[in-house]
Amino acid sequence: MSNNDFEPKIVGFLCNWCSYRGADMAGIARIKSAPNVRIVRVMCSGRVDPVFVLKAFEQGADGVLILGCHPGDCHYAEGNYKTARRVPLLKKMLEQLGIEDGRVHLDWVSAAEGDRFASIVNEMTEKVKELGPFHANGGVNG
Amino acid sequence: MAKLKLALYWAASCGGCDVAVLDVNEKILDVAELADIVLWPIALDFKYHHVEAMDDGSIDVCLFNGSVRNTEQEHIAKLLRQKSKVMVAFGSCACSGGIPALANFINRDLAFERAYVEAPTNANADRTFPQLLTKVEEGELELPEFYDTVSALDQVVAVEYYVPGCPPPVDLILKVVDALATNSLPPPGSVIASEKTLCDECERVKEEKKITRIYRPHEIIPDPEKCLLEQGVICMGPATRGGCGARCILANMPCRGCFGPPAGVYDQGAKMLSALASIYDVKDEADIARMLEEVKDPAGTFYRFGMSTSMLKRKRM
Repeated sequence: MSNNDFEPKIVGFLCNWCSYRGADMAGIARIKSAPNVRIVRVMCSGRVDPVFVLKAFEQGADGVLILGCHPGDCHYAEGNYKTARRVPLLKKMLEQLGIEDGRVHLDWVSAAEGDRFASIVNEMTEKVKELGPFHANGGVNG
Repeated sequence: MAKLKLALYWAASCGGCDVAVLDVNEKILDVAELADIVLWPIALDFKYHHVEAMDDGSIDVCLFNGSVRNTEQEHIAKLLRQKSKVMVAFGSCACSGGIPALANFINRDLAFERAYVEAPTNANADRTFPQLLTKVEEGELELPEFYDTVSALDQVVAVEYYVPGCPPPVDLILKVVDALATNSLPPPGSVIASEKTLCDECERVKEEKKITRIYRPHEIIPDPEKCLLEQGVICMGPATRGGCGARCILANMPCRGCFGPPAGVYDQGAKMLSALASIYDVKDEADIARMLEEVKDPAGTFYRFGMSTSMLKRKRM
């Protein structure tokens, strides 16, 4: 498959209080964005166990997007700060395992930022399209 | 009761597990009383063809240590599986890949390059590498084929029991021997160790887990009474199965995770990463960047003994 007609599957973990509502806002405002993100609503971005990200890749995702409340705005006060530490460390580890930087993205979207949600999704989709299908680069036995 | 037939085998391993069997000291006589050993390459002179000649299922228990990384090891694992009633993954390498599985960050070509060319003790200007077949005057010599990826035993054959540890501690080995002697083995699939984490059996004083700096073991002499994680040393206790008697902790060294994940945890490395990032109590981007700098080798640290059974199993390349 050439990269031109490759439509990546991206799993999006969106927090209930800000980002999921931001995505909803994008829909209500009829802002167009790439349809590649499969959204999973979680109560907090802090609920996103790194195992979820590995599981997504294991099950065939080409990228994983994690969206939470802006720093300071977490409904549970500290949850998104934990995410802000976990995801960069996870990305450092994933690079050692041959998973490119662009395949995992953490960002902040508030309930009012429908346009921001759409642009993050579009950017991420473009980036993962450039990287190509995730399983295509596993060229070793076992 | 007729004597049990026992086989011990080593695949990709260092030999430490075989030594651990001897560490039971005088109890080894009980083992000899209980069982006839039919294969033990490190100690006894039985050959593969002796095993091949045996009836299927005629070995009662096989203690298999080491991971599987070449065709010979895979062949013998399958042979012993066929001949054995009970297959035990013995030690971290057989259970989860162990130290050899750190080779899953590279592949065969890179491993050969390192071992036969780059390593300073080599004098190999001709770049000679092991070949599957080599013709010599007397005929053809054959070597096993080396794989790109190191596997745990249960990724090659079915396994009844797991005895983790690098190497398994004596009391767990004796537990297995006693269970065999009294015919009281646990349900198949059991891990012969604790179901809980190492922290559960660690007796150090634990207070609030908040750190702002990570120390590598050579950078600090930790207080022997206090939780190592709380002192900033990466201790794998929260993501590691207990049952080892906290041997490393008692020597004031952090847990490195050789017992694998506790019951119910899929991926030891991801859990440890999550735990460590949670207790690192900073918010600014600059501080988070410092944390990333301080964790020098996250994959190697969090999956030190468990690459084969981790969710991703190996580096994509």
